[in-house]
Amino acid sequence: MNAPLLRVEGLVKHFERPRSLAQRLTGEKRSVVHALNGVTLEVQRGETLGLIGESGCGKSTLGRAILRLVEPSSGRTVFDGQDLSAMNAGQMMRMRARLQIIFQDPYASLNPRKSIREIVSLPLQLHGSASAAENNEQVERILQRVGFRPDQFDRYPHQFSGGQRQRIGIARALVSRPALVVCDEPVSALDVSIKAQILELLGELKAEFNLTYIFVSHDIAAVGHLADHIAVMYLGEIVEIGRTLDIINSPQHPYTQALLSAVPRLVPATVRTRTVLIGDLPSPLNPPSGCKFHTRCPVAMPTCSGESPRLRPLHLETSHSVACLRSDTRE
Amino acid sequence: MNNMTTETKQVPILSIRGLSTQFSTPSGLLKAVQDVSLDVMPGECVGIVGESGSGKSVSFASVMGLIKPPGQIAAGEVIFDGTDLRKLSAEALRRIRGKQIAMTMQDALTALNPAMTIEQQLLEVILAHDEDIAAQPYWQKKRRARTRAVEVLALVGIPAAQTRLNDYPHQFSGGMRQRIMIAIALACKPRLLIADEPTTALDVTIQAQVLELIASLRRKLGMSMVLITHDLGVVAEQCDRVVVMYAGQVVESGLTAQVIGAPRHPYTRGLLQATPRVEDLSAPVRPIPGTVPNLINFPAQCHFYSRCTQRTDACLAAIALTRHADAHDVRCIQIEES
Repeated sequence: MNAPLLRVEGLVKHFERPRSLAQRLTGEKRSVVHALNGVTLEVQRGETLGLIGESGCGKSTLGRAILRLVEPSSGRTVFDGQDLSAMNAGQMMRMRARLQIIFQDPYASLNPRKSIREIVSLPLQLHGSASAAENNEQVERILQRVGFRPDQFDRYPHQFSGGQRQRIGIARALVSRPALVVCDEPVSALDVSIKAQILELLGELKAEFNLTYIFVSHDIAAVGHLADHIAVMYLGEIVEIGRTLDIINSPQHPYTQALLSAVPRLVPATVRTRTVLIGDLPSPLNPPSGCKFHTRCPVAMPTCSGESPRLRPLHLETSHSVACLRSDTRE
Repeated sequence: MNNMTTETKQVPILSIRGLSTQFSTPSGLLKAVQDVSLDVMPGECVGIVGESGSGKSVSFASVMGLIKPPGQIAAGEVIFDGTDLRKLSAEALRRIRGKQIAMTMQDALTALNPAMTIEQQLLEVILAHDEDIAAQPYWQKKRRARTRAVEVLALVGIPAAQTRLNDYPHQFSGGMRQRIMIAIALACKPRLLIADEPTTALDVTIQAQVLELIASLRRKLGMSMVLITHDLGVVAEQCDRVVVMYAGQVVESGLTAQVIGAPRHPYTRGLLQATPRVEDLSAPVRPIPGTVPNLINFPAQCHFYSRCTQRTDACLAAIALTRHADAHDVRCIQIEES
């Protein structure tokens, strides 16, 4: 039996909005943003889990809550047999050498006043026990691996292009030899040809460093290429999860179907059944009752507004699970 | 005024001829757009594809007369409906811009004025350009313009348009803001809409809504359109013809099916191979090595030379855009004539 590298159980994150003085005086209740509503999933060692969904669905919050970059309101995260949620700040700090993140914005996530050598060596100074010379050697090795020449090591982030900056972010994440890397929209800010370069690099590094990725992106095609499993999120919940091919080729949840049908294709199908969703994502401040998707669902039933569907396997043997009352009744 | 109404299908509504736009920078001359020529036929949708720095947005900012110093249009003609826009006075251009040609900007949040209600922003365009409303007595103007504003907001699918007129841009979601930009662009029923990355900042579901909306409005109003984007999928689904730009030049243009189905320029081919496709997950994604060259003081040679796998020494001379069969234009000397 292979224990999963990461197990997330019932992770909840509610952000409370501060009340104004008037609201406090009138005793109005705090409004709460339901960013994550009981997310449960497993990631096996060496695999890539893709998280997809519209902006505001909670996919980035999930990535960050797993690393405790945002503190979950409740729920448990077990990484490599250790319960992260029970750790104190010092233990968590030591753990972070093995849990890293690559951020979306390669401009905002790098300190403009440090050279790239300094940026990439910081994780080793924090976590490593080796000598400065050994650290430096490791920093140079990883910088070279992601594509920098030695004469560039002492340059500053503003001297590099967007794609190169993302390589700096990747080097920083990998220098402490992590086991799990959360890639939070790592290619969203990049041009097509550069995006493909970074996707290729991430794929190569995964094999070289035995990495496990959680790949958060709204770019479904990119996730499809990199991920072994995909979880589809809607308003803080996973509505469908399964192997990439199953999700892309036979999506079961009406939301996944609509999401996939909206992706523009190079070879437009002759007869395309595009489900255009009406309206925007409802506000997570005041999520709909029952199945959260029922307000936009093309096949909603009367019961959908009352009852919350649970994520259930489609068949006993598959890893493909769906949270939809329609799939429940079909069986 | 409108003596050119006997328009046949062969006369383009917009014809750009040899357009070059450059910026003088402290380190030298940056030729952002070099000898760009393209036509937009009445009712047609032309896609302009390219990465950052390809000159696609600068080309159409030049068409609209939006280039400010240190930028300068060095050469070329922009012929809209028989008139060269570059020869017009600022006042004459102002009358065409917003009325006959409208443009939507990439980032709706920065393009809309945050301190004005959407009603004020819509009325500004309508009162400036709508002749019917301008002919009304002054006490009628505002009321009529407001009715028109509600009409266009409803047209682009803003729910409860009447009650939302007094809202500010920040009170709308990203998809709704993009719709408001389109509403402002459509308020005077333009004959040509230039949409600069209309869906780049949006989620795929909202992107599908906006693209569907643009396509149906185009059919309804018989409008011509230029769609500037970096997304080949969007082009494949929306456009009749495609123009691929790289580092300031048109490298390939032709019918969408030709360019995407049988690309001939090594850059177009590279771009297609670098695009992950949901419809074919097994197709490998191959990046184009290297990066876009710095165009400051760039020599006269093939712009794609440094990244091309098929380059030879002959590519180190200026390369012309050559017409191949079926009006398929390619700027490459390495492809064999079919």
